[in-house]
Amino acid sequence: MSEIRQDSTRKTVDFRGGGFAPQSRKWVGIVVFVVLIGFIELGTRTGFITNLTLPIPSDVFATFVDLWQSGLLWKHLLPSIMRLIVGASIGVSLGIGIGILIGLFSLIRAGLVPLVAAIFPIPKIALLPLFVIWFGIDETSKYALIAFGTFTPTVVATYGAVDNVDRSLIRMGQSFSLSWFSIVRKIVLPGAMPGILSGLRISLAIAIILLVAAEMLGAEFGIGAYILEAGSLYDLERLFVGVTILSILGVFVSLGIGVIEKRLLNWRV
Amino acid sequence: MDLRLEAVGHHYGDLEVLSEIDLAIPAGKIVCIVGPSGCGKSTLLRLIGGLEQPTTGQIVQIGTPPTDSINPLTYVFQDFALLPWRTVEGNISLVLEDHRMPSARVTEIIANVLARTKLTEFAKAYPKQLSGGMKQRVAIARALAVKPAILLMDEPLSALDSQTRELLMDDLVGLWTRDPFTSVYVTHNLNEAVRLGHSIVVLSRRPGRIREIVDVTIPLGERELGDPELERQQKHLWNLMRDEALAADKELLNV
Ligand SMILES: Nc1ncnc2c1ncn2[C@@H]1O[C@H](COP(=O)(O)OP(=O)(O)O)[C@@H](O)[C@H]1O
Ligand SMILES: [Mg+2]
Repeated sequence: MSEIRQDSTRKTVDFRGGGFAPQSRKWVGIVVFVVLIGFIELGTRTGFITNLTLPIPSDVFATFVDLWQSGLLWKHLLPSIMRLIVGASIGVSLGIGIGILIGLFSLIRAGLVPLVAAIFPIPKIALLPLFVIWFGIDETSKYALIAFGTFTPTVVATYGAVDNVDRSLIRMGQSFSLSWFSIVRKIVLPGAMPGILSGLRISLAIAIILLVAAEMLGAEFGIGAYILEAGSLYDLERLFVGVTILSILGVFVSLGIGVIEKRLLNWRV
Repeated sequence: MDLRLEAVGHHYGDLEVLSEIDLAIPAGKIVCIVGPSGCGKSTLLRLIGGLEQPTTGQIVQIGTPPTDSINPLTYVFQDFALLPWRTVEGNISLVLEDHRMPSARVTEIIANVLARTKLTEFAKAYPKQLSGGMKQRVAIARALAVKPAILLMDEPLSALDSQTRELLMDDLVGLWTRDPFTSVYVTHNLNEAVRLGHSIVVLSRRPGRIREIVDVTIPLGERELGDPELERQQKHLWNLMRDEALAADKELLNV
């Protein structure tokens, strides 16, 4: 070993490998919320923000408590959740089913992919009047709108996910003479699950948007109807209560998918 | 059960990949196939296992596979091909589930192959928790579970570091010595070939033809790392392959 020179200047090597590594800092999101609401509260109370621009957050909260105590909250929320569940279940299950068929059979792919591409960009809200003519003004047209709106993104996500399943795993299945059905059920479906679930996130967000649109057009109860009524009376407190409920609904849906992902995809690296 | 390849040739479109391959794969022997990359080794293995059909010639089985063989022609892949969402056990039971066996029998087979590949304590682990060498052991266990008449291995050790490769070679030799199996073993590593092969088939560059078949007579169990006779054989193989490898290398640059 050669000797290291003793006489020269010493300096530790500069660290330059920091950043570019996402870390989990959950509390930051909450802090942003609290600071923002605190700022609005302060601004609206001091008059720095006029009460025509934004309602006072604590008044919005009081309105929410009123709504809850009067029992009207559930009267509006339950039908909305019902519409969401029924509509999204129909759309998502049809979407996953057809997406898998497209992924597996070239004939079905050739036939349906152009069709899906054609209906994907249509704003589904534009079709609501049509659905009302077809299905009537009651629940069925709302289910249909939400189902149709969740169907297309689910189809696209699903067949993309099936396409992305590792071919070498399918070949492995064939090399062990697994039946076609086993390969689909045990290799293709679980392999496509991550893609299907991330598609589900988008579909369900779309479902909430369409839910409100449908309820605005013709419903006695429902979050959309509640917001519409508040808006036409220019009741900003109630308007914001409605919007907040939608946000919370979205957060819960997203949390729910998170739980499903954790349970189904815990094998992921 | 023996296999015989009769004048097998294969094209992908206009690209001739294999030409005039005549080869016998006798029961109980390991036949190694070496050749420069792109010469059609993997293709040949896919043809042998029935995952693809040869353009010309035929591959015939001579004799019937043992009656207890669940999947006579069984692969071990270079990239392991384990299902990441199944445990070690689950990956092995996957290939047994289609055969309507009583579950006690399935459990027994799984326990047996895990013991033979020294994986018993990892039965409940997921692939992501295992090192490359362990993953390949799982893939070998899975292949043994279906009692293959012929094991088709496509560069099974190429994704592993050299220490792990040595260990797994010892494991394969151990498995073969206790219970000789028939195997076609594709590799580009000449050391693996002289350690594991009873005969070594040298393919030319694309289109792959048989250049020479080298027999190694030393019993598998007695082949030590650094054995002079093996070194000599390996050197001979390298001399055969060097020009082909050089030419193949240049060819790829011209594409
Ligand atoms: N499915 C395929 N379609 C077209 N060409 C292929 C296909 N598979 C392999 N090839 C070509 O055939 C040649 C031999 O491939 P392969 O058998 O994988 O070689 P090796 O395993 O010896 O490296 C390569 O040139 C490769 O590009
Ligand atoms: Mg190869």
